[in-house]
Amino acid sequence: MIKPFAITLKPGTSLANLTGTWRTERPVYLDRLPPCNNACPSGENIQGWLYHAESGDYEHAWRLLTEENPFPAVMGRVCYHPCEDQCNRGKLDSPVGINSVERFLGDEAIKRGWKFSAPQHSSGRRVLVVGAGPSGLSAAYHLARMGHEVEIQEAGPMAGGMMRFGIPQYRLPRNVLDAEVQRILDLGVRLQLNSKVANIAQSMQDFDAAFLAVGAHIAKRAYIPAGDAAHIIDAVSMLRSMEGAEKPLLGRRVVVYGGGNTAIDVARTARRLGAADAIIVYRRTREKMPAHDFEVEEALQEGVMIKWLSTIRQADEGQLIVEKMRLDGKGMPEPTGEFETMEADSLVLALGQDVDLSLLEGVPNLEIKDGIVQVSDNMMTGYPGLFAGGDMVMSERNVTVAAGQGKKAARHIDAFLRGTVYQAAAKHELADYDKLNTWYYSDADKTVRPMLDIIRRQTSFDEIQGGLDESNALFEARRCLSCGNCFECDNCYGVCPDNAVIKLGPGKRFKFNYDYCKGCGLCAAECPCGAIKMVPEEI
Amino acid sequence: MGFQPIKFYQTGTYTVGNRLLSPDQRSVQAGESRSNSINSGHRACQGCGEALGARYAIDAAMAESHGQLIAVNATGCLEVFSTPYPESSWQVPWIHSVFGNAPAVATGIAAAMKVKGKTEVRVVAQGGDGGTTDIGFGCLSGMFERNDDVLYICYDNEAYMNTGVQRSSATPPSARTATTMPVGPEPGNAFGQGKNMPEIAMAHGIPYVSTATVADLRDLEYKVRRAMKMHGARYIHIFVPCPLGWGTASNDTIRIARLAKESGLFPVFEAEHGEVTSVLKIRRKVQVEEYLMPQKRFAHLFGTRPHPEMVARIQDIADRNIRKYGLLDKEAA
Repeated sequence: MIKPFAITLKPGTSLANLTGTWRTERPVYLDRLPPCNNACPSGENIQGWLYHAESGDYEHAWRLLTEENPFPAVMGRVCYHPCEDQCNRGKLDSPVGINSVERFLGDEAIKRGWKFSAPQHSSGRRVLVVGAGPSGLSAAYHLARMGHEVEIQEAGPMAGGMMRFGIPQYRLPRNVLDAEVQRILDLGVRLQLNSKVANIAQSMQDFDAAFLAVGAHIAKRAYIPAGDAAHIIDAVSMLRSMEGAEKPLLGRRVVVYGGGNTAIDVARTARRLGAADAIIVYRRTREKMPAHDFEVEEALQEGVMIKWLSTIRQADEGQLIVEKMRLDGKGMPEPTGEFETMEADSLVLALGQDVDLSLLEGVPNLEIKDGIVQVSDNMMTGYPGLFAGGDMVMSERNVTVAAGQGKKAARHIDAFLRGTVYQAAAKHELADYDKLNTWYYSDADKTVRPMLDIIRRQTSFDEIQGGLDESNALFEARRCLSCGNCFECDNCYGVCPDNAVIKLGPGKRFKFNYDYCKGCGLCAAECPCGAIKMVPEEI
Repeated sequence: MGFQPIKFYQTGTYTVGNRLLSPDQRSVQAGESRSNSINSGHRACQGCGEALGARYAIDAAMAESHGQLIAVNATGCLEVFSTPYPESSWQVPWIHSVFGNAPAVATGIAAAMKVKGKTEVRVVAQGGDGGTTDIGFGCLSGMFERNDDVLYICYDNEAYMNTGVQRSSATPPSARTATTMPVGPEPGNAFGQGKNMPEIAMAHGIPYVSTATVADLRDLEYKVRRAMKMHGARYIHIFVPCPLGWGTASNDTIRIARLAKESGLFPVFEAEHGEVTSVLKIRRKVQVEEYLMPQKRFAHLFGTRPHPEMVARIQDIADRNIRKYGLLDKEAA
């Protein structure tokens, strides 16, 4: 090479200079657990399905969602969405409307007729599921997708359990429930209606395993001295009779005794049946009430009245005797000795439910405590191959928990059938708010926020007004911060002063080029969603 | 700044890229085919703001000129860390002459291209604040006055860093440098006007002047691309924090630049023919303390023997900028 004047060395590139040796800390990509996923009783990968919904790929989003929970259209209506309570966006402006997007996906699936994909193979094993409630159906769904043959035996005339006989229609239209149940049956699950299992040990002889999910259908009673003509019914039968042709006759003034969500449902249903007054009598205060706050609020908006710190001492025709209560130091109610009378055409008792355990008679090695079947960590009872879940083993009784129970049971049953033990994957570390760099998220602009509020209002007034339309759902999904999980914003790729981040292409994320990464940490500091962590180099 | 209205993508326009944006709306830096004008292996410190700002700016200029670009470099950190003879990180035609003459060299190259009829070839000159506000000042003013067809980019890290952090005429009041030690009744650099280079450039009435920071890539790219669409003398002043000279953590470079803008100490605006045409509004206003406290060069203003009166004077500077450039929306103020 002929070199110019005074130049003695060949030109070289700085690539010869491996600046990665300067590093004392290295950045690593990781997936952290978004708080919504962590809070979901059904273990849904919420951030994951929102990611697909954000790009308008609703079917992909729905398929990912239903890997964990087969009832998005039901959940989108009746779930208490603890995910939204934990949503990091709530600290920024207001939580992402996860529940409303879930409902949109569920409704979209029904509208478009999306079906679950059939199992890849057949295991040849047979599982009996007792009870076609959320827990039983969910277990049947997951077991069927794992390739097992599933038969559900249901004592009632229709599938759905408490979703049908406990949740009022104004919260869950039955055509929605029917569609989601049918989709599970389309997987090849056999459903035997009006088929009460009297003796589980006998019934499960033809099966390799059985899952008990009979729910809690027996109303708890309180002893209330009552005159002959007093009209007293329990909440379970009242809500159940809503499904029949004969609607319950409650009169103009209905008193509901209890403080749970069922009491609220009964009172709101009574209003819809034409009761001029629906009054809930509860022995403690609003703070102590187990019913969810938003339901109490909605009930109050609808004109339901609540009488706090009161117990019912006696029921007679047309009137009740109520004793006032006060809270003691521990927050427990104690009687005051002050009485008053209340007019009431009927009294509905909503004091909780018990489980009918008669089918378990004669099964060896069972342990039952306080009316609840005891199961080990893998949800198996003391009797090998007999599993139990749903309301009959849980203290927290709602549809989402039950569906999650069904999934969990299916995994354990599947492991049991294969002679192994199911090990849940270790949870990722939590992506809490301080892991985020919120600068990068758009503000919900002032001009837009009112519109957002209207969307919210629409979703909470559910069946009166429809759910989100496509553009609203897309908007809502895009408010997701993607906590702890890379959403390919290219920030790390952009902010690296050393070009030490390699972009792998759409959907493939990034990787670090440790030959040149100096470990400055800018990528981790500027990652909006906390998907990069700095770890010390081994020296 | 209105190059793109905010849409309710999950991250709006603040991130480098966004998979939900159509490709033509994405930044140059988000692209796998960006030119990476300064390649890996350069010897800038960890978290160097100047290395980052230079790649942002020159990549954008490369994209706008379709790769027909010649870059001239004044002496300074950027030249020293990128090109220790005989190796270089630059992946563009690049020339370095001496400290003070980068604008003149660029003028000459632009003239040569004109003579050769290569009108598609564009010229960018770049330097640090020392090479721009002190040593290259005369040549730069001449380049402006003649309206030569050069885009001059100043990467402002507010002192002479590669020689050991000496004061420049862009060093802010009360900052500690090797030559303005924190001693005496008013420790650090003296309060005074310094040289406000963007305003001096505006005073020349040249077609385009703007400021930017490494904290807002999209704004920076927009300004470089806009400048490259114009001809004549153009000037962009980019604020680039220096972890070494300022005593900040290497992962704080972008945050510090953001705080400089959000406090009002570094106004981000653009001007044409001497008049301000747009400003980047403050989004989340902060007091100057929030910007000053993470920097060791201002440590003597706080701690056991603090100087609140000096902090107040710095706040006055920020407040004056906010008033002068209208950095706050009325409702936010």
